[in-house]
Amino acid sequence: MARITAGVTTSHVPAIGATIDHGRTTEPYWAPMFAGYEFSKCWIAEHMPDVVILVYNDHASAFSLDIVPTFAIGCAESFPPADEGWGPRPVPVVPGHPELAAHVTQSVIQQDFDLTSVYKMDVDHGLTVPLSLMFGQPSAWPCRVIPLAVNVVLYPPPSGRRCYALGKAIRRAVESFDEDLDVQVWGTGGMSHQLQGPRAGLINAPWDNAFIDRLIGDPEGLAQVPHIEYVREAGSEGIELVMWLIMRGALADRVKTTHRFYHVAASNTAVGHLILENA
Amino acid sequence: MSLDKPYADVPGTTIFDADQARRGYHLNQFCMSLMKADNRARFKANERAYLDEWPMSEEQKQALLKRDYNRLIQLGGNIYFLAKVFSTDGLSYLQAVSTMTGMSVEQYRTMMIEGGRSIEGNRYIEEKD
Repeated sequence: MARITAGVTTSHVPAIGATIDHGRTTEPYWAPMFAGYEFSKCWIAEHMPDVVILVYNDHASAFSLDIVPTFAIGCAESFPPADEGWGPRPVPVVPGHPELAAHVTQSVIQQDFDLTSVYKMDVDHGLTVPLSLMFGQPSAWPCRVIPLAVNVVLYPPPSGRRCYALGKAIRRAVESFDEDLDVQVWGTGGMSHQLQGPRAGLINAPWDNAFIDRLIGDPEGLAQVPHIEYVREAGSEGIELVMWLIMRGALADRVKTTHRFYHVAASNTAVGHLILENA
Repeated sequence: MSLDKPYADVPGTTIFDADQARRGYHLNQFCMSLMKADNRARFKANERAYLDEWPMSEEQKQALLKRDYNRLIQLGGNIYFLAKVFSTDGLSYLQAVSTMTGMSVEQYRTMMIEGGRSIEGNRYIEEKD
């Protein structure tokens, strides 16, 4: 049977991708941030999953204003990197897992979550930057990836409560898949950041760290936090953090913290990164 | 009944809601067109002519020509769509975002390295007055 073994969270700032692609990770501005991922690269080499269900948000790349799905699951064989206005990132095409994706879709919809199935989709920095942070620059990605795109661009995004419950539904779905697969769920985006208006540049480190504490120890309570608190305390783009609750819902109620890292700033954003394993 | 907007009292912030999405539909779809290299080349060759192919308001077109990102956000633009414009210009998020804050790029970059803009005094519009 398939099983979920671990969860990873990380910010997915586009400048991180550009820095990796241009070989500038050792520059003084960037070195302290990348240092926080050294452990993670070693850890994942020893805990290589067969499949990552990668929760991220599309940044107006696959989805324009014509169609905005709240939850969309990638069911294709593969997903090319998107051209976000400066050409696609020079990273490998992302291999999907259509069989598990179809199973998760069917199971989760039958648990009353109305996912949108996507059979053709380019994936932007929201998905490829976490892969680069965890796997470096391989010529092919070392595992399969099921993209799970969450709308956090057009108000209203799904609530934290809904995201946490979706994570639990994904866990049940994976655990009922016959093939023996090691599956990780990654939640990406955040932490505090605001990319617009005179309040741009907002960072709230105490709030971010309290968020991490509660994600680990009190996810049920954290899931009750309303949208307005994310916006007010963590900036208009800080709402991406609801996606971390999908990862957390997919894990056991009790988890051990294998790795925890926080850094300000990468470009406009507070970087947070966790590796959690079922206790 | 009008839409409930509990976020209206957050200072210096425009939430991209249904009203903004309707106002900015053509503006944002123009931005999406810049995901193709051919369209970027045509836009760069004659910005005004390219903009005139889109049913945007004159105000939106002027704000685009001036790269006035605060105005573009007010007129229904969303930052992830507008990113296609500043990426076409060869600017990073940090460079483009800093232009909305009244700071120079260097001042803004320094603020970020030093921990970012403080939350204190930035939660409610009333605090700013």
